[in-house]
Amino acid sequence: MQHIVIGAGPAGVVAVEHLRTYDPDGKITLIGDEPEPPYSRMAIPYYLIKKIDERGTYLRKSAGHFDALGVEILQDKVTAVDPGAKTVSLAGGASASYDKLLIATGASALTPMIPGVESEGVYRCWTLADARNIIRLAQPGNSVVLIGAGFIGCIILEALAASGANLTVVEVENHMVPRMLNDTAGHMIKTWCEEHGVKVLTSTKVDAIESGTGDRALNVVCDNGDNIAADMVITATGVRSNIEFLKGSAVNVDQGVVVDEYLQSSANDVYAAGDVAQGKDFSTGGFNVQAIQPTAVEHGRIAARNMVQGHDHVHRGSVNMNVLDTLGLISSSFALWMGADGGDSAEVSDPDRFRYVNLQFQDDMLVGASTLGLTEHVGVMRGLIEGKVRLDGWKDKLKQDPTRLMEAYIASTQALGHNAHVI
Amino acid sequence: MLRALQLEPEKCTGCLQCEMACSFENEGVFNPAKSRIKVFGFHDQGRFAPYTCTQCDEAWCMHACPVEAIVVNQDTGAKEVLDAVCVGCKVCTIACPFGTVNYSHDTGKVIKCDLCGGDPWCAKACPTGAITYVDIDNTGLDRMRAWAQQSSAGSASFNVPTEKDVQTYSQAQ
Ligand SMILES: Cc1cc2nc3c(=O)[nH]c(=O)nc-3n(C[C@H](O)[C@H](O)[C@H](O)COP(=O)(O)OP(=O)(O)OC[C@H]3O[C@@H](n4cnc5c(N)ncnc54)[C@H](O)[C@@H]3O)c2cc1C
Ligand code: SF4
Ligand code: SF4
Repeated sequence: MQHIVIGAGPAGVVAVEHLRTYDPDGKITLIGDEPEPPYSRMAIPYYLIKKIDERGTYLRKSAGHFDALGVEILQDKVTAVDPGAKTVSLAGGASASYDKLLIATGASALTPMIPGVESEGVYRCWTLADARNIIRLAQPGNSVVLIGAGFIGCIILEALAASGANLTVVEVENHMVPRMLNDTAGHMIKTWCEEHGVKVLTSTKVDAIESGTGDRALNVVCDNGDNIAADMVITATGVRSNIEFLKGSAVNVDQGVVVDEYLQSSANDVYAAGDVAQGKDFSTGGFNVQAIQPTAVEHGRIAARNMVQGHDHVHRGSVNMNVLDTLGLISSSFALWMGADGGDSAEVSDPDRFRYVNLQFQDDMLVGASTLGLTEHVGVMRGLIEGKVRLDGWKDKLKQDPTRLMEAYIASTQALGHNAHVI
Repeated sequence: MLRALQLEPEKCTGCLQCEMACSFENEGVFNPAKSRIKVFGFHDQGRFAPYTCTQCDEAWCMHACPVEAIVVNQDTGAKEVLDAVCVGCKVCTIACPFGTVNYSHDTGKVIKCDLCGGDPWCAKACPTGAITYVDIDNTGLDRMRAWAQQSSAGSASFNVPTEKDVQTYSQAQ
């Protein structure tokens, strides 16, 4: 059996490891187009602040890891897939045959449609190559403009501010991380950033990036009339699945590769995982691209298993969840944080201390949550949501004090006190 | 034979000796706030529940880690955080459905139970036997899992042991 996995990010790497577990004798080839050993994009912000070196971003640390697994690594770009002939074409000119194929090509950062976005000194923050450019210009005294305060933008924000550069963030929506937190929490993050010396312009659009006049290379023109002189501009305005090479093939694509509950695409023996896959969402039952690390890993494991063992493992859907550290203010959001139809909610807000908890219920189950300033037992929100834990009387207690999540979980799932003797 | 912490809430009196022992052994201070095991009090009912990482087979924390900073200690079965590798991204803290990995502002890394390398101090400190370190067959884990399943509307998939495929290392090496 020949397995080919396209893309050497977390989804691809976890998949080849699991393919090896399930198929000890099969041939496994991992094709990735980046020059570095398989690495984790998520670690890039920590590379930017020099918490780790480049090696620290590698997904697997031991030398010879993939050799020991008997996984062949090929550095090349796949340009086409032919599910009829069961082959992939490579940019190098060669082609390769597969029995089972996994598409794990991830996503790329979108380049916003702004005049001047192609100028020297304007970068995205998506690859190690981007990171090397950013490190060069993120220096104390330099002026840096970050366009986009979504999840990825806010993650980079921390690293850029830590570099000592003067940072201005421009976000077109009316609050920060609009797809992860509501406006109450988003505004609290903005206040926090401003108190920590980062200028944040919300409801503001960048009209153009021009070449600078003084000693700064660039001039950022905003629709509110501001002109910001900058040494570097970073764009973080969204991501898009890497599906271009599938155009015209029998593999159906929409937002990403369309997959079923086994992570198989519309073409037989072709699967997809990670940021490129439009996989099932635990909460809605719908299919969308989540573009987060835990989902990429989950997809990789499940797809590998179904590729080898037949379709014996249904993907029940991944919980969409994020955790973010903005200059030391930690926020998290889970599943239907914006609420469910017919559901109800509980909220505590303490803007002075930058604390916020918002819980969303349906019946007596937690279906979504978002928090600010919480670092203890955060994962239990996932447990309550994914376990569909019946809260019973604890729902009322949570409505009075939404921070008692851990107690609610323990009381609703564990044998406690006298109860312990009944089972 | 691997061993595990057996937690029996019905025996817990809420004295917090375990939290004191854990924080002292692992952080060098008597400070329950820094303990990896936590005792939750249900004061209206006079009940208490000690709670920490069960070193679960699924090891959600370990699989979610983007830089391989959580590994299995082959001698104890504990999922341990390698401080030198952890970047502090906190993804493991949202991935663990039991809420038992916590981020520490002081260190910029995460903290979880590592079974103290095979000699857990909480168990030694507990005066009532509510925390014991026992052979794995004998723990209340199955009982806890059964309970979790009973109480949930859907199948509590995170409580069902699945195949165990983990990255491992041996202390002996
Ligand atoms: C700066 C940054 C911070 C992030 N922080 C977080 C975070 O805190 N939490 C979180 O959950 N997520 C975070 N993410 C998102 C997370 O990194 C992704 O969800 C994850 O990397 C997805 O893994 P993947 O394997 O699907 O794709 P990728 O990691 O993108 O890997 C895909 C690989 O396939 C290669 N490839 C693409 N097309 C081809 C082709 N045709 N032929 C060969 N190879 C190809 C790509 O070059 C790439 O190397 C962050 C991302 C970035 C950029
Ligand atoms: S921290 Fe959580 S996910 Fe990790 S081993 Fe312990 S219980 Fe499992
Ligand atoms: S916080 Fe550390 S241990 Fe946890 S996922 Fe991130 S790097 Fe891994």
